[in-house]
Amino acid sequence: MIGITAYGAHIPRYRLERKRIAQAMSWINLATLGLAAGEKAVANVDEDAVTLAVAAARNALTTAPDLSPTQLFVASTTLPYLERQNSAIAAAALNLAPETETADVTGSFRSGTTALIQALRSLENGGSGGALIAAADARTAKPGSAEEHVAADAGAAVAVGTEDLLAVFRGALSLTADFPDRMRDCSQRFSRTWEERWIRDEGYLKIIPRALAAFFEKQGTDAQAYQKIAYPCPFPREHAAIAKALNIDPQRVVDPLTAAVGDTGSAHPLLLLVHALEQAEPGDNLLVVGFGSGVDVLHFQATDRIRDRRPALPLSRQIERKALLSNYEKALAFRNVLPVETGLRGEFQAESPRSVMWRHRSTIFGLVGSRCRHCGTPQYPPQRVCAVPDCNAVDAMDPYPFASRTGRIVSYTADHLAFSYDPPQIYGIVDFDGGGRMMLDFTDCSLEDLQVGMAVSLAFRRKYLDKERGIHVYFWKAVPTVS
Amino acid sequence: MAIGIKDKVAIIGMGCTRFGERWDAAAEDLILEAFMEAMEDAGIERREIDAAWLGTCFDEVNVGKSGIPLSQTLKLPNLPVTRVENFCATGTEAFRGACYAVAAGASRIALAVGVEKLKDTGYGGLPGFDTAMGVFQHFTLPNFTAPGAFALLATRYFAKYGIDPEEGKRALAKISSKSHRAGALNPRAHLRKPVTPEQVLKAPIIAWPLGLFDCCGVSDGAAAAIVTTPEIARSLRKDPVFVKALQIAATSGEEMLTTSWDGSYLKTTTEAAARAYAEAGIKNPRDELSILEVHDCFSITELVTYEDLGISPRGRAILDVNEGLFDLEGKIPCQSDGGLKCFGHPIGASGIRMIYEVVKQLQHKAGERQIPNPTLGLTHNLGGIPSFSVCSVSIFGL
Repeated sequence: MIGITAYGAHIPRYRLERKRIAQAMSWINLATLGLAAGEKAVANVDEDAVTLAVAAARNALTTAPDLSPTQLFVASTTLPYLERQNSAIAAAALNLAPETETADVTGSFRSGTTALIQALRSLENGGSGGALIAAADARTAKPGSAEEHVAADAGAAVAVGTEDLLAVFRGALSLTADFPDRMRDCSQRFSRTWEERWIRDEGYLKIIPRALAAFFEKQGTDAQAYQKIAYPCPFPREHAAIAKALNIDPQRVVDPLTAAVGDTGSAHPLLLLVHALEQAEPGDNLLVVGFGSGVDVLHFQATDRIRDRRPALPLSRQIERKALLSNYEKALAFRNVLPVETGLRGEFQAESPRSVMWRHRSTIFGLVGSRCRHCGTPQYPPQRVCAVPDCNAVDAMDPYPFASRTGRIVSYTADHLAFSYDPPQIYGIVDFDGGGRMMLDFTDCSLEDLQVGMAVSLAFRRKYLDKERGIHVYFWKAVPTVS
Repeated sequence: MAIGIKDKVAIIGMGCTRFGERWDAAAEDLILEAFMEAMEDAGIERREIDAAWLGTCFDEVNVGKSGIPLSQTLKLPNLPVTRVENFCATGTEAFRGACYAVAAGASRIALAVGVEKLKDTGYGGLPGFDTAMGVFQHFTLPNFTAPGAFALLATRYFAKYGIDPEEGKRALAKISSKSHRAGALNPRAHLRKPVTPEQVLKAPIIAWPLGLFDCCGVSDGAAAAIVTTPEIARSLRKDPVFVKALQIAATSGEEMLTTSWDGSYLKTTTEAAARAYAEAGIKNPRDELSILEVHDCFSITELVTYEDLGISPRGRAILDVNEGLFDLEGKIPCQSDGGLKCFGHPIGASGIRMIYEVVKQLQHKAGERQIPNPTLGLTHNLGGIPSFSVCSVSIFGL
């Protein structure tokens, strides 16, 4: 048997109330006033599709810490790089073995389910020892568009394998359709959509029911056979109409999270799958649908283990744990839609030498330090000469990974002089449980939250973006455990 | 224990420009200005100088690398001229080179010049550090500034001693206000306006808990010192000032690579001070020192330095501040020239500027801010940030 071995999601901390978008932009398009309810999740300025994918994958690994997948897929339509494999960056952050097969899957919002199907097929053929699929999008929409109200940011991850299954794979079906509802070529910043009525009526309302009906026929079942059915559709009325067309009991439809999170693009189908798995009981049959240039349908059945291995940070908690973005313009500045004055400190960027990045890849991206075999002291960055004065042993170090360790704040500040897109820049010194110390940027927190001694965990984030040279540099930041 | 250079080197000439926004002056103009004053003070001919050291930190926006900008500006005749850099402790490093040359007998009369042209950087505050700590750290160190890195010292100091941040900020405000009072008396100081502790507290926050007036001036300036052997010095003037100790300590990395340091003090200052007292033969610095010039890049640095130098007991410096121990009229005046806070901080020049003030005080030439009968003065010149520092402590006497 093959199936799901781990799952988890990452919803960014910030929410933008849609009424703020309407307050700022409805003057240009009064029709968007009707969309101005609820909130959408927006990525922090240091998050992008790669970091969202890594965060979701790390959260998934809390349900199966010993998992060592042989394949990693990153699925997204907003990957930071066209050239330089984004999944290779994620693999480095996740400290996966160099033998890991990696691939970026992109081009449509069903890239996540497509990657999942590919991974399952590979398992079926004995071609993989287990795969991790992380889908994420950090979406950018044109100010004043309807899309701007809908588009949201998140990551979701699922691991598949052959042992310790949380849900068994029961079948899948894909339909390909070059339905041109939305498109964006390599030179474009924003997606262009066609008339909304056409997208709803000819797209969601026809193609998803057609695929589900085909799947039911293939499996010899009907909607009643599935306890949880998850499918994306950002239009609430049409989302309900799809269930009605297929005679699905509304109780069995997984909440599409439109009001509280928004449509997270490539991440959305797996996000809804995670949502369903978190609530699933043993024996439940789950359907998940991906939509974009066609449809993917996947069927899983929860095992007895599903109850024992829930993610450390479930989706419901992540939805509650939020901070409202204080203004709309900040959301635009975060995604570089609104040019803002950065001053010299924001303008000047030294070159990021790639040879240094490569030589220290495990230190920078994997956050691997060293631990002295003589005195046992963990040290970051890795040293050749032990820094403990009474020891000073030379070349007696073992690699020591820090990324999963928790720590305590030794000191902190909120700096208004340092350049930040979300000032003040907060940083400090952290001591790690078990030893080791770092000076780190802090993220997803405010000065008022902080106390000396407070617990922190680590997050893989973008450290800086060199816009002139198109270099996205990633590193780790401390996230205070704010109660 | 190293032998040290106590009483082996004497200062015969000091020069220091007005610090500030010297828009009309190039670094070369500032070098010449400080040099000419030092030469006049020493009363020697230019050809008597046989070696020179130049201290500059930000070479990219200054005179460039190498010792040539100094030799070329002063037309030194193919002398050995060396450029040194040790973050904000650069000035003392240049001075150390000159002193060691004399102490070693390699040089009869040596020159040290420190200069920085910070106002050509375009920044308020120091330019970004970026790769200043190496290309690897560029990928890993936070996006920090100097005020932020020193704010970490304040947060930790307050937490360690259970001081409410507002109460702590009031003590820091007194330190800054004290230096502003002294700076107002100094015609060469960059900032010459007295400010009250209340004004300090009301200033905008730069890096919490430090506000604008907790930070030192960012200035252009240069300072110069001419040193020689005790014998030559005595032949040239009746009041040469002797180097009693000159120590420098650079971090081994222990502060950040282990968890032994608690983040509330400067390990390098503590080390350099202990060595300097041993070299100078000082048993009780609180009783024996007459005047301090410390590296008050931020008010918290000055507070912590009182303790690191062994003047105030650990955790008790605020009491001494409140009692006025370090005021111009106090028992051990600190920053009688306004300090980095008000005289300003042209990085390469600062260490020598501190020596300038101590020498002038010891020679009773400090004008309006002269303190009565000083015998021993200390300079403390700090580079880097508390977790990653290089510190020099020097002691001077007649």
